[in-house]
Amino acid sequence: MSDLVFDDVTVRYGTARRPFTAVDGVSLVVPEGQVVGLVGESGSGKSTLARAAVGLAPVHSGSILLDGRPLPRRGRERPLQMVFQDPFSSLDPRMTIGESITEALPRDLSRGERRAEVARLLALVHLDPDAARTLPGRLSGGQRQRVALARALAGRPQVVIADEITSALDVSIQGAVLNLVRELQRELGLSMLFISHNLAVVRYVANHVAVMYQGRIVEQGPVSEVLVDPRHDYTRELLAAVPGARTTTAVRAGAPDTPGTPAALVKPRSTS
Amino acid sequence: MTTTASSVASTTSAREVSGAKPPTVGRVSALTTHRWVRFGVRRLGRLVTSLAVLVTASFLMIHLIPGDPVRGALGPTAPTALVEARRESLGLNDPLLVQYWDYLRGLFTGDLGTSLTSQLPVADVVSQRLPATLTLALLGFLVAVAIAVPLGVVMGVVTRRGRGRRTELAFTTTSVVVGTVPDFLIGVGLVYVFGVHLGWLPVAGNATPDAYVLPVVALALGPAVILARIIRVEMVAVLEADFVRTARAKRLPARTIYLGHALPNALTAGLTICGLLLGSLVAGTVLVENVFAWPGLGRTIVSSILSKDYPVVQAIVLVYGVGVLLANTAVDVVLALLDPRSMIAED
Amino acid sequence: MARRWLAVVRTPLGLTTGLLVTAVLLLAVVAPILWSDRAEVVDTDQILAAPSGEHWAGTDSLGRDIFFRALVASRLSLELALVATVIGVAAGLLLGAAPLLLGRRLGRLVTAGVNIAVAFPGLLLALFFAVVFGVGATGAVLAIGLAGAPSFARLVHTLVAGVAALDYVSAARVAGVGRFRVLLRHVLPNIAEPLVVNATISAGGALLAFAGLSFLGLGVQAPAYDWGRLLFEGVGMIYVNPAAALAPGLAVLLAGLAFNLFGEVVAKGLGVTTVGGIRLPAATPARSGAERRSEAAKGEHLAMAPSDLVLDVRDLRVSFPGPAGPIRPVRGVTFSVRHGEALGVVGESGSGKSLTALAVARLIEEPGRVEASRMEFRGADLRDGASAHRHLLGTSMAMVFQDPMTSFNPTRRIGGQLAEVAFHHQGMTRKQALARAVERLDAVRVPDPAKRATQYPHEFSGGMRQRAMIGMGVMGTPSLIIADEPTTALDVTVQQQVLDLLQSIRDEDDVALVLISHDVTVVGEVCDRVLVMYAGRIVEDLPADRLDGGARHPYTRALVAAVPDMDTDLDQPLAVVPGRPVDPADVPSGCAFAARCPLADARCRAEDPPLEPAGDGSQVACWHAGEPLGLDGSTGVLVEVRTP
Repeated sequence: MSDLVFDDVTVRYGTARRPFTAVDGVSLVVPEGQVVGLVGESGSGKSTLARAAVGLAPVHSGSILLDGRPLPRRGRERPLQMVFQDPFSSLDPRMTIGESITEALPRDLSRGERRAEVARLLALVHLDPDAARTLPGRLSGGQRQRVALARALAGRPQVVIADEITSALDVSIQGAVLNLVRELQRELGLSMLFISHNLAVVRYVANHVAVMYQGRIVEQGPVSEVLVDPRHDYTRELLAAVPGARTTTAVRAGAPDTPGTPAALVKPRSTS
Repeated sequence: MTTTASSVASTTSAREVSGAKPPTVGRVSALTTHRWVRFGVRRLGRLVTSLAVLVTASFLMIHLIPGDPVRGALGPTAPTALVEARRESLGLNDPLLVQYWDYLRGLFTGDLGTSLTSQLPVADVVSQRLPATLTLALLGFLVAVAIAVPLGVVMGVVTRRGRGRRTELAFTTTSVVVGTVPDFLIGVGLVYVFGVHLGWLPVAGNATPDAYVLPVVALALGPAVILARIIRVEMVAVLEADFVRTARAKRLPARTIYLGHALPNALTAGLTICGLLLGSLVAGTVLVENVFAWPGLGRTIVSSILSKDYPVVQAIVLVYGVGVLLANTAVDVVLALLDPRSMIAED
Repeated sequence: MARRWLAVVRTPLGLTTGLLVTAVLLLAVVAPILWSDRAEVVDTDQILAAPSGEHWAGTDSLGRDIFFRALVASRLSLELALVATVIGVAAGLLLGAAPLLLGRRLGRLVTAGVNIAVAFPGLLLALFFAVVFGVGATGAVLAIGLAGAPSFARLVHTLVAGVAALDYVSAARVAGVGRFRVLLRHVLPNIAEPLVVNATISAGGALLAFAGLSFLGLGVQAPAYDWGRLLFEGVGMIYVNPAAALAPGLAVLLAGLAFNLFGEVVAKGLGVTTVGGIRLPAATPARSGAERRSEAAKGEHLAMAPSDLVLDVRDLRVSFPGPAGPIRPVRGVTFSVRHGEALGVVGESGSGKSLTALAVARLIEEPGRVEASRMEFRGADLRDGASAHRHLLGTSMAMVFQDPMTSFNPTRRIGGQLAEVAFHHQGMTRKQALARAVERLDAVRVPDPAKRATQYPHEFSGGMRQRAMIGMGVMGTPSLIIADEPTTALDVTVQQQVLDLLQSIRDEDDVALVLISHDVTVVGEVCDRVLVMYAGRIVEDLPADRLDGGARHPYTRALVAAVPDMDTDLDQPLAVVPGRPVDPADVPSGCAFAARCPLADARCRAEDPPLEPAGDGSQVACWHAGEPLGLDGSTGVLVEVRTP
């Protein structure tokens, strides 16, 4: 089981005298082959949690394990990959699409293998393999976000973290990226931590949802339950604030693709 | 933290709900007074650190010089006994830490040592020369600001939003050219035109009021155009800002928009540069004083370097450094008064 | 990149300075070879001679020709300046890039050191180092080089930190790319241009600084001579032969300026060409898709008596000058707003929705142009210009902008910013106006309004700021509130509160609202009627409750189906609109949406459909309005459904 497990993770910034706790004792499991949606408002700590997982933010206490082992912080093998929010800053403007993707490929490939792999990955995200030779400046936001997905997949990750990947895109483009995420997840059986402030988007792509508020996870569970029958006041407030949500009962009963809901999405907390 | 929810959660397959408080609306910020105290402490801390670095550097300067500074100062023909006696009187034979301690103690008691060449107390030399330099620097700064602010604001308004492209090009080019010319070259030019050629103004010393004109102009011209250019750029940027659009949406009179809303914001950015300019103006006096035979510290430091009178050099470097640091601190305080955000943004 | 440099060099200023730099460099190479003899020959008959046909700049105290000495001095001057620059740039690069390579603690130490050093002016540092390294050319080179290092280090540090914070660097690090490789492959290439430009400028600076040191007698020592040394000698005899000072002074000035200006011109050229011509006003969303521009448009309701209209706009056009002819982000928009009506305007970036709003509010400045065949606000003809109706607009038309953080003046207290309206338009004293401001803050449910009024914008949370912004709008007695993406920058729960507040203000005073948003669901919830804009035109005007299911234009239908809401069918893909939104600088002929539309045919590509009534109070601009559309079940691409 290659579950991604956050165990009582705390991330702190600032000085020792005036610390700021961005993530406060969060425990969360991303089970193999499942998409966990992480919702919350700006400053709730959801992005910080993601950055901590990939080593871009310092973990103050607790542990983040994959397959029961800590994540490698050195060397080329990175089983956890991330896709960022802003497609205009997530690709090096001086590197072609192909070079950006190649950089994330395992090192032991021959030149020809690399080229073939780049072409395969581009096809996977519905881009023309010839796009490998272009610079990101020529691509639209949606196309760039596809490239970012391809680069994340190039590292052959066991888990992909998607951090607000559609919120910087034009509305007519968002749908295409969300469709792609669902398709990739189904075809490759990817595990994903899908971060968004948009409940409707999370509802659409995720099997499970965790609600984060002020650095803590206040509620988590299957999408079909949490969004239909929220238990925490904050979740209720979030749901009520969704534009167009006249009633929350509108959520369809019976989430579609949840064959065999995993037994333990939530890791039991040791203290309580 | 899990409370009521745990029992509920067990009924469903995999639910977890915590009992964290529901969100509160709005956050009240820290108390204003605390912020001022924090700002003061932090800014003072930075000043003290910089001063410590400066004092240490000026102390070490004499020790970093390759070879024996006293031998260098007295020349190769000086008798060894004299060199040794002078070393002893300067304390150069003591351990470094003892010397450092003595140096610090001297600073606090106003004892800056004795000049190697004139045998006068360095403190006397400095205090005698300092007023002339200070006057020159302050006058230069005031003139520069007096020229720069109106010029920059007017140019900013005239060239906002890509208007007046020719004016902008002419102004920018002129200001870059004038701003690049070092003050001593401007000085030489002024000496030639107004002293040699026209004979209107005195070109040496500070005996009469009209003797101030050329040195002050030489010193202020460059900083003035540089500052004007920066204020123009800031003004243009500020006029594009959302809050200026808000002010326009309030249909305020143009004067209120430009002077009431845009200018304070353009100035805060200009002020940061003012600190740097004031610093370079202080240093610029060295060259200008040497062009105009101005009886200030600048002339003294150069002649002291050439005659290897290190105690004097050391003291003057220290005085310049302190002047620069105080100028920067003053600018930061003014900035904090004008724009309360800057107190926080520094972190 | 090479092409951009070329373009810069082709401008008149770029060409002049570029040639000047080349000439100076060339002179430095050939002058000593050609004229060393003539510069150094001593002629005791010609001591301190004035300029003449034989000696263009006269002679010095040994009778040597000053003109040729000034020419020959170019090599030494330039050599010394370039070596000093190399020292400064190299030291600066090392110090500036160190924080990235060394990691947090050591990096902070280096940065702190640089920050302290950079506070001291270069000349002071140079004097310090000149003492340490001794008087003479070598000492001066080291002194000027090292004195330049801190400021260059700071520049490098700022540039590196800017790039290192970007997501592509994060992505590379997540992919396991090492720090050193990140620096080489991602960071340095992306800061190379500003570095080269600044190195060029510092070369000019070093040249002038060196002249300064030599002028003080601390640099080059006789019998060697650079420009500064010649100047030093020349100034001593300025009353005898001014040319002796002026010739080297001019030489160093020209050379220094050449490098400096060339750097500046290139910097400016590169900075500007990246944007390409004139920028559209502030809000132009060049990068992030979070769009801010929008506009309002609306069909005519002829049944409405004109007096019932708050706002009546016909054939509104907005244009900006562009490099290749005018850019027209709003191309003929007609709409009106009734008393108390809530009108939504939706569209993507570049649809022209914000610009329509700004145009109606008369907030578009030159060089933007606004034209309309009719633009009336409560009976006043807005085409007269904003100043003609200053008080009316100031009290009756309220604006709420997207970003409440940047929309308040950061240097002034909230209360004062609200009070201004009453002071200028309602004839109140400052004290009365401030009291009114507190009262209005209370009305928009800002807690503890008296205290809040004395605070600065940064002391408010985002939601509070937006409330205060609305409070500013209701200082007068508005009959129309134009809200441009008022909740886009806010969190969802706060968004709901702000929308509720707008709603309650409308209910109380029968105020009309124009709500501009990219979010179909927000508009659908708040508004009575919705205008859908695409490429500067209104493509559909329909009652808000018909958005879901009742829309006729394929774009509207795609927009609704592309965004998931809480009712979206999870078994279906979301709608995909192929292609990308239209660039206002390049609007195709015919229907602007044709290139992305599954229903488009030859007529669509040739002829732009007019906005025409479609019955039931809505209007649509489409040749194929209401024709069946389907979703490809696997990809979500919109397809035409052929009916036999």
